[in-house]
Amino acid sequence: MDYFLTEQQKMLKQLTRRLAEERILPVRAELDEKEEYPRAIIKDIADADLFRVFIPEKYDGLGGGTLELCLVVEELSRICGSVAVSYAVTALGAYALLLYGNEEQKQKYLPLIASGKKLCAFGLTESAAGSDAGNIKTTAEKTTDGYLINGTKQFITNGGEADIYTIIALTDKTKGARGASAFIMEKDTPGFTFGKKEKKMGIRSSTTRELVFRNCLIPTENLIGKEGMGFIITLKVLDHSRPGIGAQAMGIAQGAMEAAIDYTQQRIQFGHPLISLAVVQHILANMAIKIEASRALIYSVGRYIDSGAKSFTEEAATAKVFASDTAMEVTTNAVQVCGGAGYMRDYPLEKMMRDAKITQIYEGSNEVLRNAIAVALRKRKGRNA
Amino acid sequence: MNIVVCLKQVPGTTEVKIDPVKNTLIRQGIKSIVNPFDAYALEEGVRLKERYTGKVTAISMGPPQAVDMLRDAISTGADEAVILSDIAFAGADTWATAYTLGKAVRKINNFDLVICGRQTIDGDTGQVGPELAEMLGIPFIAYVSKVEEITDRKIRVQRMAEDGYETIETTLPAVITVVKEINIPRLPSFRGMTKAKTAQVPTWKAEDIGAEKENVGLAGSATQVVKIFFPKIVQTAEMLKGDAETQINSLVAKLKEAKLI
Amino acid sequence: MAIYVDKEKCTGCGSCQEACPFGLIDIIDEKANIKIEGCTLCGVCSDGCSFEAIRIEREIEKALIGDDHRGVWVFAEQYRGEIRSVAYELLAKARALAATLETGLSAVCLGQNVNHVEQLVAFGADKIYVVDDPIFADGSEDPYVFELVRLIKQYKPEIVLAGATPFGRSFFPRVAAQLNTGLTADCTGLDIDTEKRLLLQTRPTFGGNIMATIICPVKRPQMATVRPRVFKKNVPDASHKGETIRVDFKKASVTSKTKLLNFIADLTERVKLEDADIVVAGGRGLGKPENFKLIRDLAAALNGAVASSRPPVDEGWIPYSHQVGQTGKTVCPKLYIAVGISGAVQHLAGMQTADCIIAINDDPNAPIFQVATYGIVGDLFQIVPLLTEKLKNA
Repeated sequence: MDYFLTEQQKMLKQLTRRLAEERILPVRAELDEKEEYPRAIIKDIADADLFRVFIPEKYDGLGGGTLELCLVVEELSRICGSVAVSYAVTALGAYALLLYGNEEQKQKYLPLIASGKKLCAFGLTESAAGSDAGNIKTTAEKTTDGYLINGTKQFITNGGEADIYTIIALTDKTKGARGASAFIMEKDTPGFTFGKKEKKMGIRSSTTRELVFRNCLIPTENLIGKEGMGFIITLKVLDHSRPGIGAQAMGIAQGAMEAAIDYTQQRIQFGHPLISLAVVQHILANMAIKIEASRALIYSVGRYIDSGAKSFTEEAATAKVFASDTAMEVTTNAVQVCGGAGYMRDYPLEKMMRDAKITQIYEGSNEVLRNAIAVALRKRKGRNA
Repeated sequence: MNIVVCLKQVPGTTEVKIDPVKNTLIRQGIKSIVNPFDAYALEEGVRLKERYTGKVTAISMGPPQAVDMLRDAISTGADEAVILSDIAFAGADTWATAYTLGKAVRKINNFDLVICGRQTIDGDTGQVGPELAEMLGIPFIAYVSKVEEITDRKIRVQRMAEDGYETIETTLPAVITVVKEINIPRLPSFRGMTKAKTAQVPTWKAEDIGAEKENVGLAGSATQVVKIFFPKIVQTAEMLKGDAETQINSLVAKLKEAKLI
Repeated sequence: MAIYVDKEKCTGCGSCQEACPFGLIDIIDEKANIKIEGCTLCGVCSDGCSFEAIRIEREIEKALIGDDHRGVWVFAEQYRGEIRSVAYELLAKARALAATLETGLSAVCLGQNVNHVEQLVAFGADKIYVVDDPIFADGSEDPYVFELVRLIKQYKPEIVLAGATPFGRSFFPRVAAQLNTGLTADCTGLDIDTEKRLLLQTRPTFGGNIMATIICPVKRPQMATVRPRVFKKNVPDASHKGETIRVDFKKASVTSKTKLLNFIADLTERVKLEDADIVVAGGRGLGKPENFKLIRDLAAALNGAVASSRPPVDEGWIPYSHQVGQTGKTVCPKLYIAVGISGAVQHLAGMQTADCIIAINDDPNAPIFQVATYGIVGDLFQIVPLLTEKLKNA
């Protein structure tokens, strides 16, 4: 289907696809097996200028928006959702700066992020604060020399690999969620260490670690926006990055469907290729229908956000939920139609299924997002819903 | 550092067919690509430019469509590109090609290093690089697998030999040919692609480079092809039958009989 | 060879000084002064002089055309004082060519203290031109280019052949370029068109998928390189008589700017590949670098050398010095065992003249079976260890 992408957008897709096929495809299984961070590929992605996509031109970026980010994430995910998330999370970690950073902060950090020299991560989740994000305990105590950060973040993607972390911590414990603030924390800050690398079901080459803050002193200038804005910033940042996760899910689903089609065309049983069976055809057709619907939805939401929309929580959530549920369904069915081969680690299908699962869970679990959508629906009181 | 890289556009596959009636190559449906060894040459040029600051100019003697390859070269780091395209250049053998490239390099002037791939996958001669060096009257080193250092008008390289490596030094300007062990060519960058789209790639003809008509193209070629044919391939193997054990016993027996073991 | 500044025309503008890539020009008393030592007569200064004040006299310029060229020459390449086998192989073929042309056959050997140079006569040469000088042992190609050009211009052979070794393929084109004559690389066939007295040079192109026959009708000499082990050398004939001409090398006239600093040998081979009677080669079918152990074990059992097709070398499983094929070595052993090698034309180019070729591959349609003597279709992981075992006990 033609989505009337601009020349630039087509070039971006084409370049990312080539990078994914030439550089990621040959090593994706090994990266997954060894749970190895794709350092060389991240460099290739940086050299191709892809980290510039979501940074404004003023800061050495290409000035692209959410749609462009989704195009890149989609093409990377089609080959490997794990490498894709290492890229996408840098955007997530950079969004707080992009949306709420002051000029000094932007000048200081954005060009480095654009060049791919420094990666980002987003530190919100804690052991007692997953979906219940408001329950964070990490504190940021204001002193004369800066803010003293204490606490532990859990399950942080790019933890240890990133240089720039957006951390959400409580500046005022009495105000609950309204007492949270957002900060920039750099990797070598004294008192900032990393916990062990998590062993995951999927996206194994992506590094997930705890962030541990023991009396970390960061300069006052590292506060993003104002004190108390922590959760406003968080919600906005997540709204912006959710379509990207939708794109990750959609890309994984696309890759799985293509692999399933290839396999069922070649695999002969009962004298015929599997794809000649109506059952298999319908499964593949359903995959194609839902993937295309995901794509159309994600691109539309991307365009909507890029047009300057002020509020798009519901739209972003819709895209992410639909695409991630689709990805889980598509990858599960892809393994199924490929039978025994689908289950074997020598074939790419089972990894795609393992990688897809997380898209239903992180950046707002689909349950929490359904809540958010329902809230929006209720606000409209049924009329023009 | 001013670097000139020579590129040639070649057929995408060497599995070519001959039209039996006309005794000519059937070239339809085969897309053109940059000669793989030249891609390594270009990458090395760009790396040296990044290491020592300077400029890379990509040149190619070929038909007008080779300009796409030159744009690709810009998208992967070449600063400028020129296409040498003229009916007069057609039919050139390696001498005439080297002559033409030499004239173009002279016109570019101010160059420190010329880099070529070790050979093309269609001609396979590997002659243009060394002949170009003679045209320019400058030193030549073949099969470079690493550029160790450039200092003070000297270049030190590792050259791949049959049984190892040689470290060789010569003065600049010089011509080198490279082998694929030297680097891994990069992918285009987005900015590079944007630049390539709008880049001006001038076309230089014989008169633009001061090339004498009797030295270019067919006229300048000392060699001519008088015949092309397919090599004869006959299925000769005696296939050994049976299971692995049987096949091996059979093989060992035959080898013993032939006194090979 | 000389370069002159016309002091009357020279205005001291300094363009030549800026242009000279070697920094050899000074402006003294408003006139250009060129330091001859180090000058390669590249001509950038004279091209750029708007006053035409710089004149260059080169001995080389016009093509050597003419019926006065006679004789077949073989460049006898030597490596570290030993004449390479390809020289003898070429002499065998050249002997036949010279006979057809009813002319003499000469060998040219440039080197320092080259052993058994007289052997070239036993292998067919009527004359040997020997140039013995330390400069030929210091690792630079430049003196070879210079001297061979000089000899050819002096003695005017009609045909000059050299081995398509890495050295041959690097220095011979430079000779051809200076002589403005034609050179055909990697010939697999050489014949004479007696009617036109032309050398017919046949070579592979397009990776070996197409053969082309080439002539050099006008320019002289007709030059060609030939891969080692394409032609077979004759049995040496001690009774064959020939003349050895020792040529003095004129030192001063060559200014070589290229220096060999160091040589690092690749010591992974225990048996030298080109000389081995038995070669066992592995290809992409091995799957993993560790599986080269199967090849090494089989080679050890046969006391043979280990080789590889291109893909494993590209992947870094084994060093390039083991690569057999179009961009690797050409071998002609008594026995060549190809394991997990499909037989792409580029690989065949390096081994198809072996006496006996065994191919082991799980694909019955693999092209390797087209050149093999015996073929085994099967699982190499089963067959090779079994074969090794059998040979150890044999």
